[in-house]
Amino acid sequence: MLKSSIGRKFLMALSGLFLIVFLTQHFIINITSVFPDDGKTFNALSHFMGNNLIVQFVLQPVLILGVMVHFSLGIYLEIQNQRSRQVSYVKRSINNGASWASRNMIISGLVILSFLIMHFYDFWVPEIMYKYVDHNPLDEHRYFHELQVKFQELFRVVIYCVSFILLALHLLHGFSSSMQSMGITKGPIKLVSTLFAVIIPAGFIFIAIFHYI
Amino acid sequence: MKLNLKIWRQKNNKTKGKIQDYILDGVEEDMSFLEMLDFLNNKLLNEGGEPVAFDHDCREGICGSCSLFINGVAHGPERGTTTCQLHMRKFKDGDTIFIEPFRSRAFPVIKDLIVDRSSFDRIQQAGAYVSVNTSGNTQDANAIPVSKEDADEAFNSATCIGCGACVASCKNSSAMLFTAAKISQYSLLPQGKVERKQRALNMVKQMDLEGFGACTNTGACEAQCPKEISIKNIARMNREYLMANIKK
Repeated sequence: MLKSSIGRKFLMALSGLFLIVFLTQHFIINITSVFPDDGKTFNALSHFMGNNLIVQFVLQPVLILGVMVHFSLGIYLEIQNQRSRQVSYVKRSINNGASWASRNMIISGLVILSFLIMHFYDFWVPEIMYKYVDHNPLDEHRYFHELQVKFQELFRVVIYCVSFILLALHLLHGFSSSMQSMGITKGPIKLVSTLFAVIIPAGFIFIAIFHYI
Repeated sequence: MKLNLKIWRQKNNKTKGKIQDYILDGVEEDMSFLEMLDFLNNKLLNEGGEPVAFDHDCREGICGSCSLFINGVAHGPERGTTTCQLHMRKFKDGDTIFIEPFRSRAFPVIKDLIVDRSSFDRIQQAGAYVSVNTSGNTQDANAIPVSKEDADEAFNSATCIGCGACVASCKNSSAMLFTAAKISQYSLLPQGKVERKQRALNMVKQMDLEGFGACTNTGACEAQCPKEISIKNIARMNREYLMANIKK
């Protein structure tokens, strides 16, 4: 089934929805960093996520696999789709009735991929080094401080904000599109996906600006 | 009115084509778009030139033969109509009009504006039918109860004329709206439910073999379909295909 166009669409949708679940979980933890408790809740949740064996050795590899499947399949499908029209139109209407977000998923996707590489370099790599390479002692109070330090640099905040705007556009089409790919049309899909695409990225932008200020 | 036409000319699918300019004077606003092309061809023939080849048959929006990409839009600027239903009153004196064939790897150009859409025929042959015993004991279709909702939905899907505007307008050159409409038309009706699994599997397989791209749900096909077929049909096809694989 996965060799067919619909099968690949299904896998794309499934991995996308999995990443949406992860994004929601990530947001719920990050938003606690703006709570007026000097990072107590944020530290506790981060420490749990960073040291729980199931999260570290089951969910984390699954997440990395999900990211790799989504991005590699997205790039592969884009190349395949480009090949399906060998001669381009001389004149083509700008949108042909389709939104910018839906026509440029590869652009928003590649921006998000670049952002993820930077994000991994910023947070994930130092964390892995701290725990598994340098074998530092457990310090359950360091996470909030590390977060605040990272967001003191303006260029990083700007890159985060731009990336999350592109993520919003990606989600604006991707969420509802994944439902369509899985054959689901009932319910307020458009409303839910639009709300999600606006609220979650706006929340992440708010967190970045909050810590910068 | 006087028009500046920029028309794709291509001798055959072995040679490269190019846009050629024609100034056409005396076009009347009551002419249909195809009559305007007839008018141009008469002029070209009188001048000893080669007429522009284009597909047409019924000229009343039913057959799906006339398929032109006009000013960057499949079937031209008027929504919900085919090229033959488009009239020159939609254009202004002095307008420049680009006329190109529907482009897709699965729709090779035969000549000028005519493309080979037999890939659509092969998709239909793969499963867009109902096997009926024709021994004389065939049950009257009207004796089988069908809910009004299903009948309406199946009829809406059946209005697809197979023109290829969905493929032409899709950035991925995907034929999923066409295939989905054909699958939906049968799977919604009791007569078609018997072969629904094989139909979905075979038609999707053939669609992929023809070299069309994959749908990314942009909705361009729905927006430019002359019969305004909904992309909900694609979701239904996805369901049919996924369920057929699970219950194989």
